[in-house]
Amino acid sequence: MAEIPEHLLKRAQAARENAETNQPTSDQAPSETIEADSAVAVIEEEIPETDERAEEILNQILEGLGETVLTSHIAPGRGLWIRVSSDNWRQTAEFLKDELDCKFFDWLSVIDWMPSPYGRELETEQDIEPEQDTNEPEQMEWGYTGGDTRFQLICRLYSISNAAGIMIKADLDDQSPRVLSLIPVYPGANWHEREAREMFGVTFDEHPDLRNIYLPGDFEGHPLRKDYPLLSRRMKPWPGIVDVEAMPGEEK
Amino acid sequence: MSTTTENEQLAYIASQAADARVNVEVETDEGMTLNLGPQHPATHGTLRIIAKLDGEKVVTAEPIMGYMHRGYEKLTEVRTYPQVTTLINRIDWLGSFANEVPFILAAEQLMEVEAPPRAQWIRTILFELSRIANVCLFLGDMAVQVGATTPVFYAFRDREFVLNQIERVTGGRFHPNFDRIGGLKDDLPKGWIEETRGALERMKSFCDEMEELVLGNEIFQARTRNIGVIPGDVALSYGLSGANLRASGVDWDIRRDANVGLVYDQVDWKVWTHPDGDSFARFWVRLQETREACNIIDQLLGSIPSGPIMAKVPRIIKVPAGEAYVATENPLGEMGYYVVSKGDLTPFRVKIRSASFSNMSITPWILKDVFVPDIISILASLYFILGDIDR
Repeated sequence: MAEIPEHLLKRAQAARENAETNQPTSDQAPSETIEADSAVAVIEEEIPETDERAEEILNQILEGLGETVLTSHIAPGRGLWIRVSSDNWRQTAEFLKDELDCKFFDWLSVIDWMPSPYGRELETEQDIEPEQDTNEPEQMEWGYTGGDTRFQLICRLYSISNAAGIMIKADLDDQSPRVLSLIPVYPGANWHEREAREMFGVTFDEHPDLRNIYLPGDFEGHPLRKDYPLLSRRMKPWPGIVDVEAMPGEEK
Repeated sequence: MSTTTENEQLAYIASQAADARVNVEVETDEGMTLNLGPQHPATHGTLRIIAKLDGEKVVTAEPIMGYMHRGYEKLTEVRTYPQVTTLINRIDWLGSFANEVPFILAAEQLMEVEAPPRAQWIRTILFELSRIANVCLFLGDMAVQVGATTPVFYAFRDREFVLNQIERVTGGRFHPNFDRIGGLKDDLPKGWIEETRGALERMKSFCDEMEELVLGNEIFQARTRNIGVIPGDVALSYGLSGANLRASGVDWDIRRDANVGLVYDQVDWKVWTHPDGDSFARFWVRLQETREACNIIDQLLGSIPSGPIMAKVPRIIKVPAGEAYVATENPLGEMGYYVVSKGDLTPFRVKIRSASFSNMSITPWILKDVFVPDIISILASLYFILGDIDR
């Protein structure tokens, strides 16, 4: 094997020293930089401990809706969540639209909180067959605002004048999840509800047209439910864990 | 709940494919049914619209989607966080870098990681470059839909310069997969800033050209003025966002009003709105926004701070339990990801809020009582990408 030229060794040595002295906090970048006055204007936003604006809005909601708001959650600087019962779903939307100026209908969806019965861990290369005879379901854990049931409806409304987005959640019945449609309040809810119906099997009462939006009309099952199998993962091993890429500057 | 076997699923797909006949016109007692698509030049892919006609007037029009549904929301549940960006790149394939940003920002929020300033700058620049690459095609394509053939060639020609710049940084013209949790994959290559300035000059002159060639054109104005008018409150209740909303006179831009993680507050720029709400206004707003994007990039290029491009993140990324929603002002409108994490390597649930899905949900409303040729110009002016509807 040929000897390594001296200048390359020197360069490698210099690069190593350079890397040691150049901790990520230093201002020296190894590549092209353009110096400018505003270059020092580093954005140092501290994550606030409390979010006064969100609390103000939450107080307005609590004043107007009272006890129909079951729980609420504020993630400072990130958003506001409230949970209502599914009986009050449409009233809540109406209230937010009229009183808090939430005219912008952002989106609506469902979260299935049941842990996947297929053992979707990275250790398992293939989905495992769920055991049919275990009657004890795995413990469900809910996210912000908690929950009681497997299916949780979630909808985001936005108020442009208050510059605030509000996340509403509602628990749905496990066996026959159903709720009043939001179309009279927001016509844009139409397609979102159709999607939620076909993907999660949630029925929206008073919806004029609950046909499938993506899937063929006679498709059986609700694909985004956690107990719906993902066929490709059943059939061949998933190479996922192998190809985690090294970060820039990190040795392989 | 009954589950289906693989064979049954394949049978469904086969039967649906056989059903998808193209452009069949059926005369019945109630009038004529016109089937547009699923493969029609005006639909950018496989959107199908069934219009019931009374003479030349549309009685009802109903879009049928799903020909390109790829189930990304399900797939994200079995991919690690860094792997998800590969998938979501393909949602809006014309401005694909912009798709990655909100997801990465949502994951960063949950991990409480912030990208270093240099990474934020480059992210914003690439974000705006993908806006130009995306909207540029709209400007040419809209003209084609109303009958002018030339502008689309100009659009394809000049978009190439922007795509080249994206490719030089990311290595990919359409699917960069460049954004990482905590920063970016790589730094800018040498000489890139000057070259980008050159590309921006090209784009600016392209915008001027479009303004003269298309906006001032009498035929174009006759085909778009007062056609497909969407009032502001209707647009809001249907969840329209982006240029479609601003063309209806609603002054709302996430970049300015709810900015997360990108550096638009460091730039002097303007949000363009138009009061008319018609097809012409939507074209006009997008044209101005392309110029404004050039302006934003121009300013950012001169002020990129030095420093690292990657924050310290663990090599194997586990995102702490929590929920986060981050939306950005993508070329097509508001695109957001609602990420539910349970502290695993993979997301527990990802809800993808894509712009075109909401933008297109207004079509049954807006296509009512229009004339058949206007279907095309209205659809073109709403500007959707099929992958962004179907996901």
